[in-house]
Amino acid sequence: MTRHLLSIDDVTAEDIGRLFETAAEMHDVQRREVKKLPALRGRTVINLFFEDSTRTRSSFEIAGKWLSADVINLSAKGSSTSKGESLRDTVLTVTAMGIDGLVIRHSASGAPGQVAGWLSQEDRSIPVINAGDGMHEHPTQALLDAYTLTRRFGSLEGRHIAIVGDLTHSRVFRSNVKSLTKLGASVTVVAPPTLMPSGVGDWSKEAGFATSYDLDAVLPEADAVMMLRVQRERMSGGYFPSAREYTVGYGLTRSRLALLRPGSPILHPGPMNRGLEISPEAADAVDQSLILDQVSAGVAVRMAVLYHLLAGEEAGA
Amino acid sequence: MTATPDALESEGRVVLDAGDIARALTRISHEIIERNKGAEDLLLLGLQTRGVPLARRIAAKVSEVEGTPVATGSLDVTMYRDDLRSHPTRTPHRTEVPGGGIDGKTVVLVDDVLYSGRTIRAALDALSDLGRPAVVRLAVLVDRGHRELPIRADHVGKNLPTARTERVRLHLVETDGEDEVRITES
Repeated sequence: MTRHLLSIDDVTAEDIGRLFETAAEMHDVQRREVKKLPALRGRTVINLFFEDSTRTRSSFEIAGKWLSADVINLSAKGSSTSKGESLRDTVLTVTAMGIDGLVIRHSASGAPGQVAGWLSQEDRSIPVINAGDGMHEHPTQALLDAYTLTRRFGSLEGRHIAIVGDLTHSRVFRSNVKSLTKLGASVTVVAPPTLMPSGVGDWSKEAGFATSYDLDAVLPEADAVMMLRVQRERMSGGYFPSAREYTVGYGLTRSRLALLRPGSPILHPGPMNRGLEISPEAADAVDQSLILDQVSAGVAVRMAVLYHLLAGEEAGA
Repeated sequence: MTATPDALESEGRVVLDAGDIARALTRISHEIIERNKGAEDLLLLGLQTRGVPLARRIAAKVSEVEGTPVATGSLDVTMYRDDLRSHPTRTPHRTEVPGGGIDGKTVVLVDDVLYSGRTIRAALDALSDLGRPAVVRLAVLVDRGHRELPIRADHVGKNLPTARTERVRLHLVETDGEDEVRITES
């Protein structure tokens, strides 16, 4: 594994296999009475969140704590960032306190990579984990999605996964396409033309995934469907005429559920807009909705990532 | 293919063959039964990786003698090692404990080679996170000495005086295709 996890490009299929193996062990810890492993005892991890987040931040916090690390959460609100401090100064300040790992979420694409660069310039190279940066990537989300699907299917080799929603603004989609294809799945991404990223054609040819505007045609062919969140603020951006119209064309409605093969799993990274991109019938479909499995897998996968990046010899160097 | 004398020497010498190993495990099984006065509440927990097949073999022997099934499991101590930071990160192996857990059980930890005692210390820490056994005992196939911690085995297959420069290599059918213990110069 590389020193940082900034993008799915940083991990090979082999690395992902090792992470999943580790995550499976961590998953067992979640069911124990004593949910603690001593692997990161004495290490300090800072969660630096410049964007709102509930599940990702708490998931990283729990993951760190169950590995016995000291975890400190910093959010932009109420921190020196709101007093005008630059990202570089904030990062250099917190790392000067002697921390061992940094988890960053930022609205600017590439911010975690930039931070990792600054730190190595300053000779303070600690592992940096991208917890979502702008419209770039969200690697731990993609890993937990792939892990959840792998547990369901055994292997993703030859499986067909549909990813549906606001692709233009989605870092989850970008990371997921990379990880799923790396693990041998075939991927079809579905969006209305206005939310299909420009230039996706070249990328899809290069990376080997398919694009479609027609959800009803894709669903019967899919082994699993991943619905993405439609951000409410996009509605005023002219990407689609109304919420109702979006749901009619691209929501996983009750009637569309019938198009899926029986038992095909449904995923959603959350938070969900029930009634917009996903109907309650789909979100709560017994044995089919893996949305809560994703959340619990999130802790296990993040434990595995923290363990592999921070526990070993290189981490101390 | 003919091996050069050098290669032969680096292969070391066989100190336990398949028959020796089988007899040692049979004796350990009987000792465990005697000490435990039967197979009740017994859980044989093998340390990853080669302790796991050994635990299964001992369990099979115990249940053959006692006529009742004996619970087995596996314990991985990677995360509990005190040298975690001085090695590149290793992927942990499975820890599997039967449904009933370890509370109130007589847990016999089973390992292949007892050396510094650090693995067993880590195993005791790992156990305490899993529950509270009534008794914990230790069975090892080979005790090669050189303890660095106050730890001793309750059941030993073979005491093998070694030099620190030597390596003890244990092969098992389940993991390596043959049953054999060798001493080699490192």
